[in-house]
Formats: sequence, structure tokens, C-alpha cells
Amino acid sequence: MASELKTFSQGGIHVDDRKYSHESPIEKLPASKLLVIPTSQHIGAPAKVVVAKDQAVKIGQIIAEKAGFISANIVSPASGVVKAIEARMSPTGFKQECIVIENDMKDEYFEAVTDIAPSPEAIEKYDPASAVKQVEKAGIVGMGGAAFPTSVKLSPPPDTKIDTIILNGVECEPYLTADARIMIEDADKIAAGLALIMKIFSKNGPVKGYIGIEANKPDSIQKMSEAAAKYKDIQVVSLALKYPQGGEKQLINAITGRSVPSGKLPGSVGCVVQNVATAAAIFDAAVNNKPLIERVVTVTGLGVKTPKNLLVRFGVMFTELIDYCGGITEDAAMLICGGPMMGKALQTSEVPVTKAVSGILVLNHSEANLYEEAPCIRCGRCVDVCPMGLQPGMINKVIEAGEYEKLEELAIMDCIECGSCNYICAGHERLVQKIKIGKIKLQEILKARKEKEAREKAKAETKAAPQDKPGESK
Amino acid sequence: METKDKKWIVGQGSHIYFPQDTRIIMFQVILALLPACAMALYVFGMDALKVLLVGVISAVAAEALIQKYLMKTALTINDYSAALTGLLLALNLPASSPWWMICIGSLIAIGIGKLAYGGLGQNPFNPALVGRVALLIGFPALMTNWSVTGGYLAELYRKVNPETLTAATPLGFVKAYSGTNFSADLVNYFNSYKINWESLFVGTTSGSIGEISELALLLGGAYLIYKKVINWEIPVSFIGTVGLISMAAYYANPQATLLPHYHLLSGGLFLGAIFMATDMVTSPFTFKGRIIFGIGCGVLTMLIRLYGGYPEGVSFAILLMNIFVPIIDIYIKPKRFGV
Repeated sequence: MASELKTFSQGGIHVDDRKYSHESPIEKLPASKLLVIPTSQHIGAPAKVVVAKDQAVKIGQIIAEKAGFISANIVSPASGVVKAIEARMSPTGFKQECIVIENDMKDEYFEAVTDIAPSPEAIEKYDPASAVKQVEKAGIVGMGGAAFPTSVKLSPPPDTKIDTIILNGVECEPYLTADARIMIEDADKIAAGLALIMKIFSKNGPVKGYIGIEANKPDSIQKMSEAAAKYKDIQVVSLALKYPQGGEKQLINAITGRSVPSGKLPGSVGCVVQNVATAAAIFDAAVNNKPLIERVVTVTGLGVKTPKNLLVRFGVMFTELIDYCGGITEDAAMLICGGPMMGKALQTSEVPVTKAVSGILVLNHSEANLYEEAPCIRCGRCVDVCPMGLQPGMINKVIEAGEYEKLEELAIMDCIECGSCNYICAGHERLVQKIKIGKIKLQEILKARKEKEAREKAKAETKAAPQDKPGESK
Repeated sequence: METKDKKWIVGQGSHIYFPQDTRIIMFQVILALLPACAMALYVFGMDALKVLLVGVISAVAAEALIQKYLMKTALTINDYSAALTGLLLALNLPASSPWWMICIGSLIAIGIGKLAYGGLGQNPFNPALVGRVALLIGFPALMTNWSVTGGYLAELYRKVNPETLTAATPLGFVKAYSGTNFSADLVNYFNSYKINWESLFVGTTSGSIGEISELALLLGGAYLIYKKVINWEIPVSFIGTVGLISMAAYYANPQATLLPHYHLLSGGLFLGAIFMATDMVTSPFTFKGRIIFGIGCGVLTMLIRLYGGYPEGVSFAILLMNIFVPIIDIYIKPKRFGV
């Protein structure tokens, strides 16, 4: 291990990691009788429902189909019957189309699954030709929280040359420990998953594999290093504790020193980044034909009695998870889906666990930011901490003044919404919320401008056209 | 409580926060000024106490009254910023300042310097300095009346000469007699170590009540840098520039120029560079911007001291550089990632 820990080059915050549930082993939560499955659990188009009410389904059966290039399949997490297809509250905070499945508790699989243990030999034998198809069928999306369809990430445009696969074991969101526990308890599967991804990309040349883990998880680093040692070209990299190291661009920068250019994807610098839990799911789907039906969720925060890491079937209500952890405390104040930095505050715990739910966070009054917004005092800390080198305070002022066209020059679209500026703000201003609004407004302006240019071009062409016709104007 | 029925508070992320907010920052600056206040009390006695109390109370009262009766908005005196403005104004005044003059200064600082622009964060100029400069222009005699009315200095001076009632600062003396036959003698007098740099540094000399002790101001400044309330860039570049220019001026013409340590230690440089120029609201966002701002303050200070009409230029220099902050922030941008 290098004496100086690596980290990304600019910005970032040092925040107390509050990993209360780090020592708590993953417990399997019994599947519930009713499972609520939203058709949009990923970035991109919602999946198209392909089952009908009262239809019998089995585990792994596709119940909603990928609709469009960036989209993902939704599979049934249980065997049973479709009870309803209707709009219900989802962890996004909005009502969404959901498939409600009544679990018959028989756990029958739609297709046969195998139980090949993760090992270098298993990967050696595996033919990666069908891997991407398997991943797509299993409905795998990025499990770090962003939920980008994994099959899309595994099939970059043909002209992109990938030489580095990075597994994201950073889990830089305070409180969350799901990935840390998976690395401790399932290191072999993660390493095998990485080796498998490397095999997919190695047809175009040699590929190196890295697993980035922050130094606050020495046990995860140790287990992953032991597992990684079995494979060629896989290296575990200890990283200095700094948020948002788990951001794709930041992690690539920390590990390889490369900087993904503004507006470009990791592929542009030869990198693919996957979350550690996603890598394990890729192994399961590719080698053992196992669909993605469950995930590890950290239930934590001082507002919950006993923080735990739970392995949960998709569709189980947050309420059940929280109550399994002893329920909420008297001074519980805020319920958040995800981590405290980028997670979303919810009005109700009656929402289901989906692929994107990495944590359920219950903050009490002392932890939660319940302050009213106060004016910006230009302390400039937002500028210091921005990992993208933006000026969040300035962007905020421009948005408040409604001067949205200025946002283009301030590079608002570069913002990764990590919340560092929001965290550090002396005025407790909700900068990220306003930046999200600003992004939408700027996109509208850019779209209108494009349309106007297209119209003018068309007009110019129709005007020019008659003059070109010989004889008519003469 | 039942999880299912719980009424959750819904807010916008990030959902956790850095505890050092505006209120705490203002409070920490006030704490950092306490050594300077203690020195003021030690040197000037009850006169300093009076100036400090009137300064703080009148500034807070000015903000409360204007917000309540004139602007009819919510009171913001709880953020300690008015108290800090009052304290900074007081520390920039002579011990002999009459109470009514301090009140006028507070009213101008808070009313015109801050609230007229829309309150905390909107003001282009440092409010305390707006108040001070208004008083300096309006009441030049009172503002440079370094009378020895009480405290340690009075005892000391009376021991030397029972008739002594005033003790102008070296910078003030030299400026007052510049261009006269007496000028060279006066410079010579000060430069032959009649006042050594140690006593200037510790602060047993005359001047505004808060500016006398660079030692106390440095203590406060170190605390603020440690607490990350201020950055080192502005104080270091400001003081460094004054040091370099005063040294160059001295070696260019040692007969007619005060020794550099007078320029560094006998005026309001440290108070201005550590506590006024670093005001977050009125200083640049970026590292490079802050260096430029500090150097600008230093150059303007020395231009005023050496060639201007006033013996002291720190306040004017900072206010003039305040004007450039928006331009500095437009041209000096942070380095974007991946560009």
C-alpha cells in the first residue's frame, strides 16, 4: 500500500463519516406478502409492463420490459400473482406506475439458476459473449444509487477504447455501509465480477482492474485485497477520506490521474466504473443466470433504534425495514432515501425498496439540516469545495435573479449535484435544489435556441431555393 | 411512535450541514477581537470601555430600529453581524471619541453601509469602514485626537511630562509637518529609535483603540485562520506589500522617510489587513483573487501614506479595493475540472 493515500485533485469536503452500522453483519429480511415494484427504477425510459392483473409470475420473470436504449428490464422478485398495476408512491417521492405482486412464498424461479462459486477458474471457463445479454435480462442497474442501466455501460460505442475498469467501493456518503459490508462478506464474488467485466472488454486489448476503497474501511480493504490477489491485473487502491470520492469523475481522477473532460463520459478516458454490488450482481447474472431480485440496504441514522444492513427483496416497504431495526426514536425528524448528501427526503415510509435504494436514513433533529435559508455572505467556501471547479454561490445568485442564460458560461451542466457546496454553506442555502432548477431552465433555453437556429436555417434555404432555379427569376 | 404514521419533515439536500454557519462565523470573529479589546482596555482604561460599549450597542440598536420601523422586515440582529460591525467601528476610533459621534458612525455603517444595499451579504463596502471614513471626513479633528485621557498611557506620558494631553501617531506627526523645515528633524527623531518596534508591536503607543497592539491582532488572526474563518492570503499579501514598499521608500530616501516598522506597526495596518480586508462579503472568492486584492490594498495604502493628504491610508485602500471585487471575481475564476 502506498504511504500517501490517493484522492481526487480538487475540491471536496471532509465530513464525519458516521458509519454507525459498519460492524453490523448483513441480515436477510424475510420477504413480505405484498411487493410493490415501480416500472421506473433506473435512469432512462420507464419499463413497459408485459404482465396482466391476476397473471401468475415467477422469480426472474420479466414483468416490465426495457423501453428504449437507456432503460432496464424489471423482473419479478418473487413467485406469486400480479394483484394490481397502478400508480403508487415510490422512493423518488412521486407516484409512479407500479406492479403489485402477491408473494406465494414458494420462491419458484422462472428459469433454472446455477450455483457456481466465484473463482478465477469459473471466470476462465466463462465465455463472455452472452454476458451483456444476461445482465440486461437480469435487470441490473448501477447499485450505487444512480441506477444507470448496466448493460448500456457494458456496451460503449465501438470507437471507445477501454483499458481500465474501476470498481467503486468508496461509499463516500456518510452513514451508508451496505457496500462496505458486501466487500467484507462477499469479496470473492465482487472480484470475480470485476474479472468478468475485464474479460468482456479485453477483446480490444489489455485491461487493468482497480477497486477503490476509502481508508476508513480497513476491513473491507483487507478482504478485497485477499480476493483480488487471486486475479491478475486487479489492484485494490486505498483512498484518502474525502467526499465526493465516489463520484465517477472523481474516482477515475483519484485512481488513474485522468480527468474526464467536461460534458464527456468516462469512456472518453478509457474507463468504465461500476459499483461493487453491481459487479457481484453481474457475476450472478452472467455465470449463474440469477436475476436481480434483492439488494443490501443500510438502515441508519440516529433516528432509528438499531442501525443495520439488510438484504431485502425489491418491493418491500421502507416501514418494514425500519421496524425490523427497532423502529424510530422519539426525536426522529427526517426520512431520507439514500445518503445524507444526495439522498431525497420522503414524506412517508410507505414506499418500496427499489434497485436504487442504497440506504434508508432516519435523521433526528440534531443531525438534520432544519435551518431556514440565510443570505449568502460570500464566504467562498462553496467555491473551495466544488469538485468540478464551479462557483455555486455565483450560480445561485444568477438563478435567483432569473438570468438563466448566464448559467451556460458558469458551466452549470458540469455540476454533479454532490451537495458539497450545500453542506458547507454558511447561510444553509439549498444550493443543489436551485442548481437542479437552473439546469432545467438552461436546457429549455438551449433547446429553444437550437430550434430557432433550425427554423432560421430552413427559412434561409427556402428563400434561397427559388433563386437557384434557372429561368424563374430571370 | 409508529413508523408508518410518522409526519416527516421534508427538506432539500444535502440533509446534513457544516456547523460553522454565519452566526458562528460572526461570533468567532468577535472572539478573535477580544485580545485587541483587552489591550485597548489595558492601555486606554475606561475610555476604551465606553467606546466599545457605545459602538456595539449603537450598531445593534441601529439595525434593530431601521429594520423594525423603516424597512419593516424581520430583525437580523441575532446573526451577530451588527454587533461585529459596531465592535470593528469602535476599535477603529480614538479613545477620546464622544458618544454621539460613535452613534453617528454606527448609524452610517449599518444604515448606509449595510442595510441600504439590502442587508448582510449585499453590501459592496465593508460597513464598519464606511462608518469610520464618514466620521474621518465629517469630524477630522475628533478622529485624530489621540488624547491621553486615561489608562496606562496617561500615567506613562504624565510621568514623562505632566503637561502632556495628546500624543499623535508617528505617521500623523510626519504627515502634519511634511513639506516644512521641521519635517526632516521629525523623521530623524522617530527614526533614531525614540519608539522601538517592540513597544509598537505590543501596543503601548497611541492610535485607534483597536489598532495599537499588533500582537493581540495577530493572536486573533491566527485563531481565525485556524478556524478557517479567514484565509492567510489577504493579510499576508497586504502586510507584505506594505512592508516591501515602505522598505523601498526608506532606502530610496532615508532622510525623509520613516523606518518601515512605523509603517507596519504604528497605524491601522494589522487591524485592517486581518479583520477588515478579510471581510467575506467584500473580498474575492478565489485564492488568486485574494492575493491580487491584498496587494492592491497594500499599494493603495502606501500611495496614500507617502503621497496623499491623509497620514493613514488603510481604510481608504480597503474601500477602494472593495470596488474591484466584482471585477476580480469575474476575471479570476477557479480552475474547472476536466477543462
